[in-house]
Amino acid sequence: MTHNGTKDGPAIIVRELRRRFGKQQVLDGVTLECPRNQITTIVGPSGCGKTVLLKHLNLLLRPDSGQIFIDGIEVTRLNSRAIDSVREKFGMLFQAGALFDSMSVFDNVAFPLVEKSNLTRDEIRARVLEILRQVGLEGMEEKYPSELSGGMQKRTALARALIRRPSILMLDEPTTGLDPTRTTAIHQLVRSTQQRFGLSAVMVSHDVPQVFAISDRVAFMHAGKIEVSGTVDEVMSSENENFKRFLAGRAAGEEERPSSQVVATVGR
Amino acid sequence: MIEGVAALGNFVLFLFAALVYAIAPPYKPRLLIRQLRTIGAESFFLVALIGLFTGMVLGLQGYNTLRRFGSEGALGTVVALVLVRELGPVLAALMVTARAGSAMAAELGAMQATEQIDALTVMAINPVQYLVSPRVLAGVISLPLLTCMFDVIGIWGGYIIGVGLMGAPSGPFFNGIAQNLGSHDIAIGLYKALVFGMVVMWVCCYKGYHAARMATGVSRATTDAVVLSSVLILAWDYFMTAILL
Ligand SMILES: Nc1ncnc2c1ncn2[C@@H]1O[C@H](COP(=O)(O)OP(=O)(O)OP(=O)(O)O)[C@@H](O)[C@H]1O
Ligand SMILES: [Mg+2]
Repeated sequence: MTHNGTKDGPAIIVRELRRRFGKQQVLDGVTLECPRNQITTIVGPSGCGKTVLLKHLNLLLRPDSGQIFIDGIEVTRLNSRAIDSVREKFGMLFQAGALFDSMSVFDNVAFPLVEKSNLTRDEIRARVLEILRQVGLEGMEEKYPSELSGGMQKRTALARALIRRPSILMLDEPTTGLDPTRTTAIHQLVRSTQQRFGLSAVMVSHDVPQVFAISDRVAFMHAGKIEVSGTVDEVMSSENENFKRFLAGRAAGEEERPSSQVVATVGR
Repeated sequence: MIEGVAALGNFVLFLFAALVYAIAPPYKPRLLIRQLRTIGAESFFLVALIGLFTGMVLGLQGYNTLRRFGSEGALGTVVALVLVRELGPVLAALMVTARAGSAMAAELGAMQATEQIDALTVMAINPVQYLVSPRVLAGVISLPLLTCMFDVIGIWGGYIIGVGLMGAPSGPFFNGIAQNLGSHDIAIGLYKALVFGMVVMWVCCYKGYHAARMATGVSRATTDAVVLSSVLILAWDYFMTAILL
């Protein structure tokens, strides 16, 4: 797992990242470190900018100011070819799945390997079937995304994110909309994959506090800033008012800030 | 004003990128073949049908007009020239816009709205190269072929009505075509078809690719694509005719 000689440095470093959409300052100076070979979980109220942050990390969006280092490389000023070589390291799960709806489950999951690897047809088939079994979707290969339930789409998208064994995994709410048993199973899968292939993961999750069990580090995001971050124990003992209110709101099963968006607490 | 210029710049750059990526590796022939199949399958019967009726109406009108001057023998020439130089490329392009072009705008619009295009980007797959270049190439290849089919069917349609129904002389119909339809005329028609193929796919892909991320965004993109591409086809046809005549 060496990349450009930065074997021990953090996989991702974010410094003072700012981004505004119109009048809204969505990222307001985000600073964050995601250590190598660990799972960093970002939590925070709906609309605080978690998805926007993740889309900056994988370079879909460009910041107004600030820096992002991926494996020690500053990526915000790279040209598109250099960006593509950084992206080769990524596996990404989009919050809404972003499955290719013209392709079957099998083709969706196989897609990154078909397009980006030299594996043979049989090798690809074996890999895809294995990962589909791990996410609990065996027998679903021929179905199309529109024929799947929301949770099944999520798991297909997770399989697609994992299939290339990326060195950096970005997961935007991998368990939202899953039942509690599935949630635990997916958490365990993320954990075991992370340990088996020694990858670094950034995960956005609303499954607080269950998700802490498989997280190495937690970052609490609030109104465009990371307000608290550290190991799970450090964060849990934090005295930050917003974080305490956020946790209390979670425990009571209600949103901390009322939002018109449908949020992950539904059905939990 | 400045926004308009910037949008026009993006529009032109989009085509430029699609063409550059079409000739840059990695080559994915199966993507091109799939698009050829889509355009062909979606437009084949429509183009054939419209070609037949266009030829039939030309046979009818042409016969009635030419008879006033006593030159029914020129019917074949008139039908063939009008079809090959003008109506074939233009109508085939409009039919491809209506079927394949609108479908592509809607498909790419939905892919944009549901972040599928972003997913490609994050996989380090250039979405313009993967989605747009094969479609533009397929348009450039298939529209001349569809136009040829339109022309041939149209000429037969004109023959059936003009000669078969109205009674224009049969011999001069084809002799006239053989004598007066030059390779220059055919070249102009095919050249137009080729340019139209590019324009249709360019406009429809651009509109779909830049659809707004909401439910109305996709329908809006589809409508815009059909309208803009139809207008561009007819406007461009005038200028190409004026220059090439
Ligand atoms: N493309 C965009 N244009 C304008 N505003 C945007 C855009 N993307 C996000 N925003 C705004 O940025 C804010 C943060 O959005 P984001 O999707 O990051 O929230 P989130 O923390 O992921 O919430 P959730 O937990 O509900 O997914 C929102 O107020 C949203 O309106
Ligand atoms: Mg989000």
